[in-house]
Amino acid sequence: MINIGVLALQGAVREHAEALQAADVNVIAVKRPEQLDGLHGLVFPGGESTTMRRLIDKYGFFEPLKKFSEQGNPMFGTCAGAILMAKEIVGQEPHLGVMDMTVQRNAFGRQRESFEAPLKVQGIGEDVHGVFIRAPIIVSTGPSAEVISEYDGEIVAARQGNFLACSYHPELTDDHRMHQYFVEMIRKNRLAA
Amino acid sequence: MKQTGTDRVKRGMAEMQKGGVIMDVVNAEQAKIAEEAGAVAVMALERVPADIRAAGGVARMADPTIVEEVTNAVSIPVMAKARIGHIVEARVLEALGVDYIDESEVLTPADEVYHLNKRDYTVPFVCGARDLGEASRRIGEGASMIRTKGEPGTGNIVEAVRHMRMMQSQIKKVAGMSEDELMTEAKNLGAPYDVLLEIKRSGKLPVVNFAAGGVATPADAALMMQLGADGVFVGSGIFKSDNPEKFARAVVEATTHYEDYQLIADLSKGLGTAMKGIEISTLEKADRMQERGW
Repeated sequence: MINIGVLALQGAVREHAEALQAADVNVIAVKRPEQLDGLHGLVFPGGESTTMRRLIDKYGFFEPLKKFSEQGNPMFGTCAGAILMAKEIVGQEPHLGVMDMTVQRNAFGRQRESFEAPLKVQGIGEDVHGVFIRAPIIVSTGPSAEVISEYDGEIVAARQGNFLACSYHPELTDDHRMHQYFVEMIRKNRLAA
Repeated sequence: MKQTGTDRVKRGMAEMQKGGVIMDVVNAEQAKIAEEAGAVAVMALERVPADIRAAGGVARMADPTIVEEVTNAVSIPVMAKARIGHIVEARVLEALGVDYIDESEVLTPADEVYHLNKRDYTVPFVCGARDLGEASRRIGEGASMIRTKGEPGTGNIVEAVRHMRMMQSQIKKVAGMSEDELMTEAKNLGAPYDVLLEIKRSGKLPVVNFAAGGVATPADAALMMQLGADGVFVGSGIFKSDNPEKFARAVVEATTHYEDYQLIADLSKGLGTAMKGIEISTLEKADRMQERGW
């Protein structure tokens, strides 16, 4: 059985858990660093990145999360989760800095500019429903990262080896293909190990 | 193809706040303290509820200068309060770009009969409720988030507990009903049938439900989470305490780890005096903010 954690310090944890459970994996809500032991992959949910970062520091998650990523464990971040994973954030210090990309927070504007729109996502489909809430964009990606989706000329999803990030919220739709894609990444990673 | 102001983005915005604390602030300095402490959003106000209570008179939407000052100071979402039924205050706040509007009983109601038709707006709304009927009526009008009313500005948790317990027990009751009982329950609660049907099918409210109105300590915040709140609003509690920075951090941590009692014990140490608080039975009926709205 594959064990996938969802970082449960704040945000839309339940929605991710439900989407993953649909892929028939064991889901753990991670509130303590020791819960990372035995996980095969980790999801950083949407929420407020500043809040999550403060709680990551407070509860000694920072080094264990870095180590978890360095061990080659797959990670998937949506919206605030993508911000936590990025190596660079426009106008502020980065958080975990595990994925080779630069993000810009609230890039589409405030809540009244939040929107839904159809998206093409490479490896997923041409009919993905993008839900963007005070969403960031990926301004640029490093040479090892691959852009897998753009909206209106802006990068909104990318993959770098075992890291997957998107600025929209697949967990707020009934379409679980993004989560299934992540579970496949974990399966392949385990076979390769 | 691009759609703004849909139910999904309005309700989804509140989903992202889950497990978090939303703090009342009256200026940029307080907003920064709140953000630094880990608040998921701030509520920009002219006065916190305890001071509104003390000042008396008519309480209105905050001066737009304060809303702008707070908006420019932080990167987390900014909420602001409009009077119940005040169409223009709500439109002004929407024009200012606030991320969420609280149609709030803390302010003096502008309309004693009608609440806002919240579906008309691109910006999402949070509304107070004392029971499932009231919550369902607000959702029927387009509220994207609910909070218990509690009794604001008292530092007394008893009313928030009453309202949260009431709502949770009514949700369980509706979830356990057969569909042929539902219309009678809708009549009894004064709730829109469609909203109740959705609650029956999913076993939960279709929107996020926070606790508000009387949270004064980290233990109060953790209590509300245990009773089923998705998160917590803290109004007067933080900036009326002796050490707001420490207090704010403690409330955030207690909300995340609401079942870790040793941790709550540790972070409750040396917090200084919490706000004094008011015994509810000493309040005149006219001073009970929860009676505003229906």
